[in-house]
Amino acid sequence: MIKLVWLVPLLPLLGWMIVGLFGKKLSKGTIGTIASGAVFAAFAVSVGIFLEVTKHKGEFESIKLFDWISAGNFTAAFSFLVDPLSSLFLLIITGVGFLIHLYSTAYMKEDDGFHRFFAYLNLFVFFMLLLVLGDNYLIMFVGWEGVGLCSYLLIGFWFKNTNYNNAAKKAFIMNRIGDLGFLLGILLIFVTFGSISYKEVFDFAGATGAGLSGNATVTAIALLLFIGAMGKSAQLPLYTWLPDAMAGPTPVSALIHAATMVTAGIYMIARSNIIYTLSPVALEVVAIVGILTALFAATIGIFQNDIKKVLAYSTVSQLGLMFLGLGVGAYTGAVFHVATHAFFKALLFLGAGSVIHAMHHEQDIRNMGGLKKYLPITHLTFLLGTIAISGLPPFSGFFSKDEILARAYEHHEFLWLLGILTSMMTAFYMFRLYYLTFHGKFRGTHEQEHHLHESPKAMTLPLIILAALAVLGGLMGIPEVFAHHAHWLQNFLSPVFEKSEMRMLSVHPDVAHEFMLMGIAVLGAVASIYLAYNRYVKAENVPANDDEETSSVQKVIYNKYYVDEIYEAVITKPINKISGALYKFAELQFIDAIVNGIGNMVKQLSGLLRLAQTGNVGFYIFAMVISIIVILITKLF
Amino acid sequence: MITVSLILLPLIAGLLALFIKTEQVKRFALFATLAQLALTVFAFVELKNNASSKLLSFNADWIRSMGIHFNVSMDGISMVLVLLTSLLLPFIVLSSFNKERENASVFYSLMLLMQMALVGVFTAMDGFLFYIFWELALIPIYFICLMWGSSAEKSAGAITFKFFLYTLVGSLFMLVGLIYLYQHTGGMNAAFTEFVPKSFEISALYKAGASLTLAQQSFVFWMFFLAFAIKMPIFPFHTWQPDTYVSAPTQGTMLLSGIMLKMGTYGLLRWLLPLVPAGVQEWMHLAIALSVIGIIYASCLAIVQKDFKRLIAYSSIAHVGLISAGIFSLNIQGLQGGLIQMFAHGISVVGLFFIADIILSRTNTRQISSLGGIRNIEPQFALLFLIILLSSVALPLTSGFVGEFLLINGIYQYNAYAATFAGLTVILGAVYMLRSYQSVMLGETNAATSTFARLTSNEKIVLIPLVILTIALGVYPKPLMEIAEPALQNILQIAGIAK
Repeated sequence: MIKLVWLVPLLPLLGWMIVGLFGKKLSKGTIGTIASGAVFAAFAVSVGIFLEVTKHKGEFESIKLFDWISAGNFTAAFSFLVDPLSSLFLLIITGVGFLIHLYSTAYMKEDDGFHRFFAYLNLFVFFMLLLVLGDNYLIMFVGWEGVGLCSYLLIGFWFKNTNYNNAAKKAFIMNRIGDLGFLLGILLIFVTFGSISYKEVFDFAGATGAGLSGNATVTAIALLLFIGAMGKSAQLPLYTWLPDAMAGPTPVSALIHAATMVTAGIYMIARSNIIYTLSPVALEVVAIVGILTALFAATIGIFQNDIKKVLAYSTVSQLGLMFLGLGVGAYTGAVFHVATHAFFKALLFLGAGSVIHAMHHEQDIRNMGGLKKYLPITHLTFLLGTIAISGLPPFSGFFSKDEILARAYEHHEFLWLLGILTSMMTAFYMFRLYYLTFHGKFRGTHEQEHHLHESPKAMTLPLIILAALAVLGGLMGIPEVFAHHAHWLQNFLSPVFEKSEMRMLSVHPDVAHEFMLMGIAVLGAVASIYLAYNRYVKAENVPANDDEETSSVQKVIYNKYYVDEIYEAVITKPINKISGALYKFAELQFIDAIVNGIGNMVKQLSGLLRLAQTGNVGFYIFAMVISIIVILITKLF
Repeated sequence: MITVSLILLPLIAGLLALFIKTEQVKRFALFATLAQLALTVFAFVELKNNASSKLLSFNADWIRSMGIHFNVSMDGISMVLVLLTSLLLPFIVLSSFNKERENASVFYSLMLLMQMALVGVFTAMDGFLFYIFWELALIPIYFICLMWGSSAEKSAGAITFKFFLYTLVGSLFMLVGLIYLYQHTGGMNAAFTEFVPKSFEISALYKAGASLTLAQQSFVFWMFFLAFAIKMPIFPFHTWQPDTYVSAPTQGTMLLSGIMLKMGTYGLLRWLLPLVPAGVQEWMHLAIALSVIGIIYASCLAIVQKDFKRLIAYSSIAHVGLISAGIFSLNIQGLQGGLIQMFAHGISVVGLFFIADIILSRTNTRQISSLGGIRNIEPQFALLFLIILLSSVALPLTSGFVGEFLLINGIYQYNAYAATFAGLTVILGAVYMLRSYQSVMLGETNAATSTFARLTSNEKIVLIPLVILTIALGVYPKPLMEIAEPALQNILQIAGIAK
């Protein structure tokens, strides 16, 4: 089965080709079936591969398809690496991907761009699979840029809308800033290790004799790669594209901007774990950027009123937590959180889509409320997702978040404290979102109320499956304090992280201590939920309208700390201004003026010389004689 | 013999075209360029199978008393560029099928003669012959720009004249350099047994160049460098280019940007690097600095352009800057990247200028801000544009990526900071390209675009193969890279850099 891994990306690629080329001639049903079927088939193959990987002993070999780029001693082949990490990501991408495809067949039914949508979605899955399957950094980069392109296409899916187009462009360009870092990181890897294939790089870096621990070059590599991760996974300061990316259709937000693409940065660091382990400085940077992003985005999430924007900031925040995990060496915990987050965040986005669908494209939660009786399945599944993300046991989010926070505590208590603070805010804004949407009285128009309906089966079925995963997903990683050696995920991933684990001797806190940390986290979440309940259910508070006066702090946060405005003023505008000035002054009035000046000078000198051409033969003879004399004199001496 | 045929075929076809006074001349020209393409493919296979094939070289005395030879031959480098020329010409001819032109026979004849000169430039292995072809190439394009060009702001004549003079001055520097080198060829052989006559043969010139002192090499370096720098053009020798690209007829712009500018980058590879290795070592830093400045400078200028064609012109300067910086990094990745990027850039820039032409001919404007919404009417056109654009911004799996990655790779080995600045093209390219794509293609239609006519089949026949080539080369660049590698290694070896 492992040998057949090329089928996994090939199937969605074929889906893309068929739908893309013949989509106009096919019915919507056929398109939906082909596109979803391709991803489902890829999922089936992935399951087979996964099962084989669980039984696999010894080293994981890469599977080479063909030579891609080779020049001198540089080679990059199109080849795939199947190991626990990539096989796990295969399952998430194709599994969650399939559910979202299925959901989209109903969600996008009325859209004119139906076939285009599925073509892009299939193409996205193809690139995402390349990203995690490549056995070297350049193939990862191919997938990396490819998913960026699909993200661009899907954010700007409704291309008549200028705001959406701007959001798409912003996402692409901001990602490109990160990509440059990634690219330079790859080049530094090549220059340092003479290769970009994982095996050779990690074997060399991980060899105890290499003495690379704390090496400045390794730190530079790690930081350059991390710049790439900051772009793709929307971390400070490159995060502002992700909230704007909500312009895309909601299934896109679920698949690309929550479950898969934005976690590519975590995959990249987890994949390169040995490089990061060798550089404590880089790990520290990752942890700090992660926790700061987590906190920062969470504060913004509290004040957002657009159902998708709340989820978007929540995604930024959760991604920050994953980076915190990576930064404190909880590689398994971070990957674990990627998985559980894929379940509950995809669920929440799809649930939000179901609400938006029912509300006729209304996204403002101030105009919702009381939806639980109209949308029972959406309501129940959304509630389960909300509990999971808030970290209440025994839902999945509890386990993965706890693992990250426990490691953060070992690293430094303050990081843990900030993590707890973030979790509390998360629980608060998520329940705020839940209560405002599903509880209380309906605040929309009569027309909207009249049309409220539960979504069709193709949409609710994915919700139910994802809800089950969001509830039970935590069982793949039961912490040591509950049961000995029950952390299946850790055992499964151990071949990937083993070189790092050897170097990071962590001191586990005693059982009582760990239970106490867990207890604080759970209590904090419960308190936040209680607060949200009091405010939005009991007191029936509804967030203020945009034109109402609010305190200045609230205003700053509501306007997302004016970060977009600052970027506009500090980066975008100056570049345009400088470019305009360069064009006007340097180009037209200086460089080109010099060129023309030389031309004119020659012309004028010729004009002077022309005066000598008088037609007077006597003058010519005189000039000739003078010249001969001059020549004779110079020759003589 | 094949190489000579590749020069003779367009020459004869070009002369014959003059006598076809009907519309048939288009078809004749297309047929001739396709025949040339077939012949080139044959040559490609021949070179692949037999690296030292006699069929690809031809050497005869031309002016014996001066040691001038008609020496043409093809190695991997020449092959890639001849292939590019042969590949693009049919598309350039086809792109003009929809247009009714005055003096069509002269127009197509000039294009074919241009092709002849270009093949000559890329295959000449004699300094004098190279110079002759180099200057010959200027004549047809001069008349194409002069007779069929048009410009709103300035007179097309003045613009063309400036272009002609500017590049001519550059070439004259090169002539001085060539003659200077020639003066140092010949003399007694190493064993002092025999007198070797002076010669323009490339190997003799290489030898002469290597024997010069550093100061002399520096002098020769500048003579050649100026010629190539103006031709490409690289900063700050570029100011003739945007005006010329904008005012030239589309086919002229395609010839200039798609192929002719590669004369300059080819010149670096074939002539400058191996000719005066010490001079290159001395001045490469400045050359790279100028190239990298040019990348950022031209990208910034592209951001503020309002005219779509001018925007492409500036983006071309940025791309060429990267090629030149990569080549001057003097390592195999930089050289390979340079060569592949010449090919890829040829395809994408011809595609982009054709797109600009399609838009202009339908909407009568190239002002980016007055366009928009074309995608609503012709989604296929938007898609083709998008793919070519993606190659231009170096998205992986398009041809633009392979070259750009290797170039930045090469520059990185020279200096990490230079690579970082050169790499800004990754970001800035996306800025100006996506901006123009958005305002031209996306959004709602307006007065200029609401009656946008669907693509004709002729137009599709040009754009679709270009797009397919873009992707094919991006996914599988191996054939080109494989054929070029030994020749590039050879250049590095002569330049004394190979390991």
